[in-house]
Amino acid sequence: MSLLALKDIHKSFASAEGPVAVLQGVSLAVQAGEVVALTGESGSGKSTLLHIAAGLEPVDAGQVLFGTQDMAALPDAGRAQLRRGTVGLVFQQFNLVPSLSVGANLAFQARLAGKHDAAFCTDLAARLGLADLLSRYPEQLSGGQQQRVAIGRALAARPEVLLADEPTGNLDEATGDAVFALMLELARAQGTGLLLVTHSARLAGQCDHAIHLRNGRLA
Amino acid sequence: MTLQALLSHWARNKMQLAMLLAGLTLATALWSGVQALNAQARGAYATAAALVSTDGAARLESPSGQLPQALFVELRRAGVLVSPVAEGRFIMGDTRVTLLGIEPLTAPPGTAAALADGDLQGFLSGGGYAHPETVAQIGASDMALTPSQAVPVGTVLVDIGTAQTALGMADQISHLMLTGPAPDAMPEGLRMAQADAGAELDGLTDSFHLNLTAFGALAFAVGLFIVHSAVGLAFEQRRGLFRTLRSLGVPLRSLTLALALELALMALIAGLAGLGLGYVMAAALLPDVAATLRGLYGAPVPGSLQFSPVWALAGLAMAFAGAGLAGGQALWRLWHMPVLAPAQPRAWAIASGRAMRWQVVGALALGALAFVLGVFGSGLFAGFALLAAALLAAALLTPAALALCLRMAARLARAPVVQWFWADSRQNLPRLSLALMALMLALAANIGVGTMVASFRATFIGWLDQRLVAEMTVTPRDAAQARELEAFLTSRVDAVLPLRRVDATLAGQPGAVYAMRDHATFRDNWPLIQAAADSWDRLAGEQGALINEQLARRAGLWPGDRVALPGAGDVAILGVYPDYGNPLAQAIVTEDWFDRLYPDTPTRQLAIRTDDPDATRAALLDEFGLTAQAITDQAQAKALSLAIFERTFLITGALNVLTLSVAALALFATLVTLSGLRLVQLAPLWAMGLTVRQLAGLELARALVLAGLTMVLALPVGLMLAQVLLAVINVQAFGWRLPLQIFPADWARLAFWAGLAMLAASAWPAWRLWRGGGEPLLRVFAYER
Repeated sequence: MSLLALKDIHKSFASAEGPVAVLQGVSLAVQAGEVVALTGESGSGKSTLLHIAAGLEPVDAGQVLFGTQDMAALPDAGRAQLRRGTVGLVFQQFNLVPSLSVGANLAFQARLAGKHDAAFCTDLAARLGLADLLSRYPEQLSGGQQQRVAIGRALAARPEVLLADEPTGNLDEATGDAVFALMLELARAQGTGLLLVTHSARLAGQCDHAIHLRNGRLA
Repeated sequence: MTLQALLSHWARNKMQLAMLLAGLTLATALWSGVQALNAQARGAYATAAALVSTDGAARLESPSGQLPQALFVELRRAGVLVSPVAEGRFIMGDTRVTLLGIEPLTAPPGTAAALADGDLQGFLSGGGYAHPETVAQIGASDMALTPSQAVPVGTVLVDIGTAQTALGMADQISHLMLTGPAPDAMPEGLRMAQADAGAELDGLTDSFHLNLTAFGALAFAVGLFIVHSAVGLAFEQRRGLFRTLRSLGVPLRSLTLALALELALMALIAGLAGLGLGYVMAAALLPDVAATLRGLYGAPVPGSLQFSPVWALAGLAMAFAGAGLAGGQALWRLWHMPVLAPAQPRAWAIASGRAMRWQVVGALALGALAFVLGVFGSGLFAGFALLAAALLAAALLTPAALALCLRMAARLARAPVVQWFWADSRQNLPRLSLALMALMLALAANIGVGTMVASFRATFIGWLDQRLVAEMTVTPRDAAQARELEAFLTSRVDAVLPLRRVDATLAGQPGAVYAMRDHATFRDNWPLIQAAADSWDRLAGEQGALINEQLARRAGLWPGDRVALPGAGDVAILGVYPDYGNPLAQAIVTEDWFDRLYPDTPTRQLAIRTDDPDATRAALLDEFGLTAQAITDQAQAKALSLAIFERTFLITGALNVLTLSVAALALFATLVTLSGLRLVQLAPLWAMGLTVRQLAGLELARALVLAGLTMVLALPVGLMLAQVLLAVINVQAFGWRLPLQIFPADWARLAFWAGLAMLAASAWPAWRLWRGGGEPLLRVFAYER
């Protein structure tokens, strides 16, 4: 059974000219330890699909299955609980909690999910090169450092699925490559399924599978 | 085009615009409303002054109270330009008025002006002039009254002959107005006194008006917090636009000018709206203010408001000055901004962190100033300066104190959401600090003024219970009736205690000497703040006088000192009694001594001790045909005194509520403006598994916690304010000092209202967050690319 299975997802948005269909019957699956790249042009619906997978965006039709549990059918509180315990999210803009230190940011989701393991967190921080930065605040870090904190925060909760939306889009190529390699390594080591939205064919090439979206459909 | 580009920001941020305009409108309204009240009252004092004197004129009076009319003729024949006046309280129709009798041919110009357009023949034949409001209060009357705006409220201007008949002053006058140069030698038994009633009222009521102005200024300052906050945030939000406009070739001068024009436009709109609102507010409050001034100071202030162009222009000027003050920083920053300044909104927290340190330094300096003023200052202005310095210091310290509380709370927290809650609250503190400072000021003012009023009320009620022991009082029509009443009552009641007084200058202050009959009523019930040994016995033995607290504090006279009484020379002070509600100096001597010092002084009232007030009242009505207004029972007197008391502080209560409302609006404005920025901070938590409902609840909780902490900080500040009001301002303004009493139930009520105001202020942004589901939060991630 897939860790994450999106089945026949439909989604449209209202506009002045009428509804715009963004996703039209998209299906995909992510297995344990598998890294899936989702590529496509701007406006093809990649991020919308990722948001749907995270339970951030409701679907018009279709199923978002984590094992046998359909996230799309859950109320807001159920979706939040599933997100807290099962999903890790990494964004292009890092989205760290600015009022918390690096250490607190790293541990936050794990503690929220009741899965905090201090030793694991410390090890993760060391592997991410953040051990000396734990008492700093996000605004005091570079972009690359912030993204490493965001990845660490997502992985510290030992999620079954990691959803990453252009995680290196805001970084220069060298930093982006290093961060991506680290994320890949950690996700594979934990057996976490990774769905990665990217524009980069080079990064997609390093994944187990690449799925291309065009006009809301799988190409 | 530049202005159009700037204004487009407001088209997209209508709520922010509404808050900016509301802040400036309210600030202008409260300030100009208070000024309208002050101007109206001061205009009324000037009318009163003009009626009875020429500029700088004096009057000739007798220490014993009345003068023979023949003296007037004698002085005129000697070439001294004087005009006679017969004056007294008189019941007319449904109300009690001051009957002012003048001689129209020799009267000062101000009095003549009041008669200018009238019917002189009718006046000389028994007619009178009165303010339209007084005419309406009197209702049906035997006297033909002509309405005149030139006569103060509560006064009826009549011919001297009419007044002498009505007041029972045959061949007697109250005093002589000097309408020319002073005589070279003062006739025997006469003394000269200043007759400028307006100036006297100005002096007495200064503290009241200063009090109102202080509240107006506080509300104005609180309103400016809103404007400053809204203008500052709009500046930060438009940094990108400024950069773009500069890059496109708009000169810095044009851009600054456009921003100044935008500010001026808003000042004009808000100023006009504020004037309208201020006028409505002043019109609504004026009847109570007028009643207070009449009750406390006998100041004749009409209860209807008149529009003054000078007031309107001054109000508009304040709106512009306020907008300039609140927006000046933004203009200065724009003027100094490099072309390629970062378009990202600056981290307010960082900039404000530096500001907070400076605030603490400023607060300490102001605190030191307040301390110096408290120890070495004297006078009303020093008192208000002390209050202003202490309040400003407390306001400036508020953000730092709140940050300290939040830091301590964060250290104690264990759960991740609770930790985030405290850390996030601390991080957002700089953005909310202006609004929280406004809230702190409003709460401290509420606690301080509320405690002062409640302390005063508790003391005043206790004092009334002790002081108003006579079961009833009767006001005779004239001296003859007073004698008849006393003779009639003496055998029918337990005691008749006549009230006689003469106006006198005591230790350089306007006041009166009263007669007191030696009776157990006074010995047993009159409280004395300080007393010499055997004070009552020595008073009865004519060895000295009692004086009121006002005279004691203002002149620094206490038992053991001596005070000069007209006709008696320096007499020993035997005791000091509290005398709340009376602005004038008073001295009391025993009745027999009084009658020898001031013979023929009419009895103004008779206090009656009786076991059967109803039967006494019935007998008086039957026997003397007295009107109902002439008899006041104890309950009525207490109710009247309490009503005057409550009315006195009604305006204070109204301004308290308005100030708290403005502070709540400041918070609302800030929270609404910040709600967009908050989404960026909340979205990651939502993504990590907190529900929108939880986030909205936490937003509400944050507002409540900040309100609660601010309330806790405001408590000591408010108590300090109350102490200064009771121990410094009241003593300077009214002449009495009261003990500070604590009323925790009032604090709980205020905390409830503050919490409710905070909830109301934060409910809209929280509700919008909750109602939007995840959509507004999702937009944070969607806008990333």
